[in-house]
Amino acid sequence: MTLTYHLQIVNLLAALLLLISFAMLSQRRIAGLITLFAWQGAALAASTALIAWSTNQHHLYYSAALTLVLKVIAMPWYFFRIVRKLDVDRDVEPMINIPTTMLIGIVLVIFAFNLALPISELSGTVTRSTLGIALACVLLAFLMMITRSKAIPQVIGFLAMENGLFFAATSATYGMPLVVELGVALDVLVGVFVLGIFFFQIRETFDSLDLKHMEKLKEK
Amino acid sequence: MSVGILLQLAQSLLAILLAPLLMGWVNQCHAWLQGRSAPPITQPYRTLKKLFHKDAVIAHHASPLFRFAPYMIFACMALAAGIVPTIANDLPFSPAADVIALVGIFALARVFLALAAMDIGTAFGSLGARREMLVSFLAEPALLMVFFTASLISQSTELPIIVQTMAHSKFAIYPSLAFAAVAFWMISVAENARIPVDNPSTHLELTMIHEAMILEYSARHLALIEWAVALKLFTYSALGIALFVPWGIAAQGDVAAIPLALLAMVAKLLIGGAVLAFLETISAKVRLFRAPEFLGTAFLLAVLGMLIHFLLEV
Amino acid sequence: MATLSLLSPDPVQWAWGIVLFWLSLGFASLLLQGSQRLLTGLVFPLGALGALAIAGVGIAGLTGPATSIVLPIGLPDLPFHLRLDALSAFFMVLLGGAAFGITVYASGYFKSMAAGPLALLALWYHLFLGGMVTVLLADDAYAFMVAWEVMALSSYFLVTTDHKVPEIRRAGFLYLLIAHVGAVSLLLTFGVLQGGHGDYTFDTMRLAQTPPFWASVAYLLALFGFGAKAGLVPLHVWLPEAHPAAPSPVSALMSGVMLKTAIYGLLRVTFDLLNIQIGWWGTLALALGLITALYGVIFAAVQSDMKRLLAWSSIENIGVIIAAFGLTLIFHTDGKGALAALTLTAMLYHALNHAFFKGLLFVGTGSVLHATGVRHMGHLGGLMRFMPWTAWLTLIGALAIAGLPPLNGFVSEWLLLQAFLLTPGLSQPYLNMVIPVAAAIVALAAALAAYVMVKFFGVVFLGQPRDTALQDAHEAGWPERLGMLWLAAGCVLLGLFPAQVIGWLSPVVRLLTEQTMVNDGNWLMLAPVSSERASYMPLIFFAVVIGVLGLTYLWVRRVYHGRVRRSDPWDCGYPEQDARMQDSAEGFGQPIRQIFEVFMKVERETPDPFSRTPRYHGASLDKLWFILYEPIARVTGWLSEQAGRLQHGRIQWYLIYSFATLIFLLVFTTR
Repeated sequence: MTLTYHLQIVNLLAALLLLISFAMLSQRRIAGLITLFAWQGAALAASTALIAWSTNQHHLYYSAALTLVLKVIAMPWYFFRIVRKLDVDRDVEPMINIPTTMLIGIVLVIFAFNLALPISELSGTVTRSTLGIALACVLLAFLMMITRSKAIPQVIGFLAMENGLFFAATSATYGMPLVVELGVALDVLVGVFVLGIFFFQIRETFDSLDLKHMEKLKEK
Repeated sequence: MSVGILLQLAQSLLAILLAPLLMGWVNQCHAWLQGRSAPPITQPYRTLKKLFHKDAVIAHHASPLFRFAPYMIFACMALAAGIVPTIANDLPFSPAADVIALVGIFALARVFLALAAMDIGTAFGSLGARREMLVSFLAEPALLMVFFTASLISQSTELPIIVQTMAHSKFAIYPSLAFAAVAFWMISVAENARIPVDNPSTHLELTMIHEAMILEYSARHLALIEWAVALKLFTYSALGIALFVPWGIAAQGDVAAIPLALLAMVAKLLIGGAVLAFLETISAKVRLFRAPEFLGTAFLLAVLGMLIHFLLEV
Repeated sequence: MATLSLLSPDPVQWAWGIVLFWLSLGFASLLLQGSQRLLTGLVFPLGALGALAIAGVGIAGLTGPATSIVLPIGLPDLPFHLRLDALSAFFMVLLGGAAFGITVYASGYFKSMAAGPLALLALWYHLFLGGMVTVLLADDAYAFMVAWEVMALSSYFLVTTDHKVPEIRRAGFLYLLIAHVGAVSLLLTFGVLQGGHGDYTFDTMRLAQTPPFWASVAYLLALFGFGAKAGLVPLHVWLPEAHPAAPSPVSALMSGVMLKTAIYGLLRVTFDLLNIQIGWWGTLALALGLITALYGVIFAAVQSDMKRLLAWSSIENIGVIIAAFGLTLIFHTDGKGALAALTLTAMLYHALNHAFFKGLLFVGTGSVLHATGVRHMGHLGGLMRFMPWTAWLTLIGALAIAGLPPLNGFVSEWLLLQAFLLTPGLSQPYLNMVIPVAAAIVALAAALAAYVMVKFFGVVFLGQPRDTALQDAHEAGWPERLGMLWLAAGCVLLGLFPAQVIGWLSPVVRLLTEQTMVNDGNWLMLAPVSSERASYMPLIFFAVVIGVLGLTYLWVRRVYHGRVRRSDPWDCGYPEQDARMQDSAEGFGQPIRQIFEVFMKVERETPDPFSRTPRYHGASLDKLWFILYEPIARVTGWLSEQAGRLQHGRIQWYLIYSFATLIFLLVFTTR
C-alpha cells in the first residue's frame, strides 16, 4: 500500500494528533495544556491544508485558515490571558493517577481503532484510515474531561473533542459544508467567551476554580 | 563464506575499537555546548590504558563472580556489537540471535553487573543493583514493543531482514516507526545511563544508578566494564541507525559498498553523538521515581506506534 | 488393550511396574523404621532409579504408538484403564527427569532426619511419585480421581511433616481445602463429559459428541479444577503457604512436577477428551494466565522468605504456561494449525524447563536452610564463600528462570514471544491488536523475574553475611551436589539443544493439534516458521561468548598483567561499614512494592523516634486473600452456625426429626 507522499504526511500528522491527545492526558500544568492544544490546532490546520491540496477541495483551505486563526492563535491567547488573570497555573490534580489514565487511554484507542475499521471501509475518501485516530482523539479528550477536577482543563478537553470531530469530518467526508463549519466555529467561540465569564464568577464565589466546590450547589 | 567471516570479524573489531572514540566525541560535544574545552577525543583510550596498567584492588571477601563478571559483560557486549549490522548486512553471526535474543544478551550483561554489585556487600552496591533492575524491568518490555513494531513492518525479527526491508524498499514515512524511534531514544537513554535517567558523570553516590554498581571495581576490571559501557552505547546507536535510518549499510556480500558504508556509519554516529550531547545538555536528570514514568511514556509511545501500524499501514 | 505379557512388555506395563515398585518401596520403608542409613542409602536412591526408569519409559512412549492395559483393580464394572500416549509420555519424561535429580538430592538431605518420621516420609514420598505417574497414565475417570486423591493426600502428609509448627498445620489445611474444592470441580467435569451414558472411560469420552454448551461447562469446570491445583489466580492462595512449609525436596517436587500434572490434565481434557474447542476459551485462559503471571512475579519481588519467593515465582511461571495454552486455543480455533503447534511447543517446553530450574532452585534453598536453619533472607548473605557448589549451581537455576540466553528459560520465552508476534494473522480484529500488547505483559513478567532472581541470589549468596552465625554454614554433601548437578545440567542442555528437544516434543504436538511446529533450521539453529522470520543458535551464542571471554582474559594477562591486591572494600571511603548496611530483602523489593502497592495490603510498623526499643516490621500481603477468601470464610462460618441451630441437645427434637423424615418418605415414595 504505497500512498502518495502528501498522504503519508497526513498520516504522520494524524499520528501526531493522537500523540498530543495522550500528552494532554498526562500534562500536569495548565500552561502546558494550552500549548499542547495550540499544537493540536496547528497539526489539524496543516493536515486539512494538505488534504485540500492533494484532493483539490478548495473549501478545505478556508477551514484550515479558520482553524489556524481560531485554535492556534485566538483561543490559546485568550486562555493564557485568563490563566494570568486568575493565577491558576498550578499543578492540576487528576482524579485517578496518571499511569492508570494512560492504560485506560490505550484501551480506548484499541476500542476506537476497532470500531472505525468497518466504518472507514464505507467512506470514499483517500484518508479514511485516519477515522480511527479521530475517534480515538474524541474519546481521549472525553477521558481528559472526566479525570480533571479544575475548570480550565475541562474546557480544553471539550475543545479538543471538537478538534477530534473536525478531523473525523475532514478525513471521512472531506469536511462539512462551509456554512455548518462557520456555524460550529461561531458557537464554540461564543461558548468559550461565556465560559471565560463563568470562570471569573466561580472564582469570586468559591475563591478557587476547583469544581469540587460546585457540589455545594445542590439541595440539602 | 570466508568473505563473510572476515567481514564479521572486521565489523566486531571495528565496533570494539571505535566505541571509546564515540564516548570521546560525545564528551567533546558536551564541552562545546557548555562553553569549555574538552580533553582530546582519544582520552578514553588513554584512560583505558592507564586502568589496564594498574594493580587490581579487590575486597577481601569478593567472590570469583566479582572477578568473572567484567569479562562476561565485555563478551556479551562484543557479541551484541557483532550481531548488529553497522557496515555490512547479513553477516555469519546474525542468524545466531534476532532482536529478541539481543534484548536477552543485554539482560544477561545487566544481571551479571547487578550481581557483581551486590557481591561486595556495601550499601551502594545493592542500591545500584536495585535501581538498575528497576529501570531495566520497565525498559525491556518497551524495547520489545519497539522491536515488535519494526518486525511487524518487515515481517521478521531478524535484524538483517529488517535492515534490508527498510534500506532497500521504497522510501516511505511510517508514523509507527516515528513513534518507535522516539520510544527507542528514550529507552536507550535509560539503558545507557545517560541524562535524564542517570548522570554518567555524577560524583554523588545517592544519585547514581550505573556508577554505583561499579564503585568497587578498579584497574583492568574497571577498564573492561568502561569499555563494555562504551560498546553498549555504540551498539544501541548502531541499532537505532539500523532500525530507523539504515541507508548506507552494505547489502549481503556487497564488498564494494563497504567504504561508502563505513563513511555513512561514521557520519551518522557523529550526528547521533552530537544530538545526544545536545539533548543531554538541555535536560536535567529526573528523580529516580520519575524514571518509571519516563519509561512508561516510552512504553506507551511504542504501543501507540504498534497500534497505529495496524490502523494506518496494513 | 494388550494383556499383560512378561516377554515383551509395553511401555504402559513398564510404567505400571515402576509405580508398583515405588509403592512397595514406600511400604517397605515402614519396616525399616529403625535404620536411618538404609532409608537414605537404599530407599531413596532406589526411588531415584525408578524416576530415571520412568523417564526412559516416557522416551520410549514418545516414539511408539499409544499402549494401554486394563488392571484387575477398581470398581466392579469400571476397572482401572491405563494408557500411555505421547502426551502422558512427555509428562513422564518431565516427572522422571526432575524427580531423579530431586530424589538423589533427598537421599542426602534427609540424613539429618530421625528414622521414625523419615520412614513415614519415605512412604508418603513414594506414594506421591506413584500417584503422579498414575494420574498421567489414567485412562478412565475413576482411576484418574483415585490417583489424583492419592497425589493430594500424600502431598498433604508431606507438607505437614513438621506438623508441630502451627503455621505448617495451617498451610496444610489450606492446601487440602483448595485441593478438594478443585477435585470436586474435576468430578463434575468428568460427570459432564460422560454425557449421561454412564461410561466413564476416556475412550468413550473421546468419541462422544458433546454439545457446545456442555463442552463450555466442562471446560470451565476443568479450568477451575486444574487451575486450583496449578495455582491460577484467584485459586493460588495455598501455593505460597504450602510450598514453603514442606521439606525442600518435597517443595521441589510439588513446584516442579505436581503443578505440571494439572497442566497435563487441562491439556488432556481440552484437546483430547473434548471433541470441539471454542474460541473464547482461549481468550479466557490467556487473560487468566497473564494476570497470574504478573500477580505472581510482583509478589515474588516483595517476599522476604526465600521459599515463599520461589513459590510465588512458580505461580508466575504457571501463569505463563496457561497464557501459552490460551494462545494455542486461540490459534487452533482460528484454523491456524501451524501457529497453534508453535505455541503448544513453547508451552510444553516451558513446563519442562520449569520443572528443572524450579527444582534446582528449591533444592538449593534446601541446602541453605539445612546449613543455616534460616529461611528469612534478611538473616542470610555471603553464602557463596561457605557453600560454593550450592551457590554456583543455584546461580545456573537463577539465570535460567530469569530467561537469559543461552539457558533453557530463554528458549521457551523466545518461542512464546515469536508466537505472540504472529497474531496479526488472526481473523478477529480485536484480538489482532490486543494480543501483541499482551505480549508486553509477558515481557514485563520476564523482566521482573530477572529482578526477583537478582534479589534472591544477591541477598542470599552474595554480599556479606548478615549474621555472624553464618560462618558455620557448611556445604552440602555429595548426594545433594549430584542432584543439583543433574538439574543444572538439564537447564544447560535444554538451553543449548532446543532443536532436539522440539523434535522430541513433536509427537505430543501432533497428537493434540494434528500439526507440528515447523523448524526451518538444523541441529544448530532454531527457526520457527522460517529462517528469515526468526532464528536463534544457542551453541554459536555460547561458543562466541566463551571464546571472546577467553580471548579477552588471555590478551589482558599477556599484554598487561594479572596482579591483584586485597584490601577492605572502598565503599566510597566511609569508615564505618557493617554487614547490616546492605539491602535487606524488603529493601531490595521496595521499588516494586511502591509501584504495585495497589495489589497489596501493606502492613508497616515503623519505630517512634523516641522509642527506647525501636522495632520495624513490614509485610506485603496478598489483597485477594482479604477481599475474596475472608468474606467467603465468613459467609461459610455464618451458614454453618445457622445449620448448627439444628443441634439442640434435646432428645425429643431429634426424635421429631426422625419421625418427620419417616412420614415424608412414606408419603412421597408411595406416590
